[in-house]
Amino acid sequence: MLIRITADPLDPQPFIEHVRRDESGAVALFLGVVRNHNLGRRVLHLEYDAYPQMAEKKMRQVAEEVMSRWPITDIAIAHRTGRLEIGETSLLVVVSSPHRHEAFDACQQAVNRIKEIAPIWKKEVWEGGEAWIEGEGQPTLQPE
Amino acid sequence: MKVTVNFFAAFHDMTGRRELNLEMREGLTIGELHRDLCARFPRLADYSGSLMYSVNAEYVPADYALHDGDEVAFIPPVSGGSHAH
Repeated sequence: MLIRITADPLDPQPFIEHVRRDESGAVALFLGVVRNHNLGRRVLHLEYDAYPQMAEKKMRQVAEEVMSRWPITDIAIAHRTGRLEIGETSLLVVVSSPHRHEAFDACQQAVNRIKEIAPIWKKEVWEGGEAWIEGEGQPTLQPE
Repeated sequence: MKVTVNFFAAFHDMTGRRELNLEMREGLTIGELHRDLCARFPRLADYSGSLMYSVNAEYVPADYALHDGDEVAFIPPVSGGSHAH
């Protein structure tokens, strides 16, 4: 199990190597990537803030949850912080398992749970403004 | 007793602080501490969205009584999906 919060770019290959076992017939990889639009606005870049100690703890909790629910062989989770440009990876989840179904299911569940409980926030920056984004992509009320 | 309060994301912007060390009376709950801080930082009081509380990197309810040395954070809704309680 590998859990990481980092300001550095996320290269998936070392994480794939970390979880892969000789008995793994499947490795499922999810990348959350910064997209260029949200709610009809053109997004310039994102800024991620995190409570690192707690985020790491909650990501570890998610990894333990999915390890106990599915017969997977290993899981790695990484989240980026700081400024991210369009196309960069903010979240990486990779799961290995003997067969593909549990790899897909566990990977999807891990992503959903991270987004529910890990204290990590994104600020969207667009032309002429910026806002912290709450669940379901809504901007946080932010009086200036 | 002393506690440390951490401010992240929107709350960091609203308070202009990343961290605050406070001397406070024994037994204050985290919800009461939040109300005290709303008086000190009016923009926190203007915030009408949901928030969660954490102590020492674990979610706690509003009636959690603080202890000396606790590390407190107010957690605005996290960035993805629905907000779990």
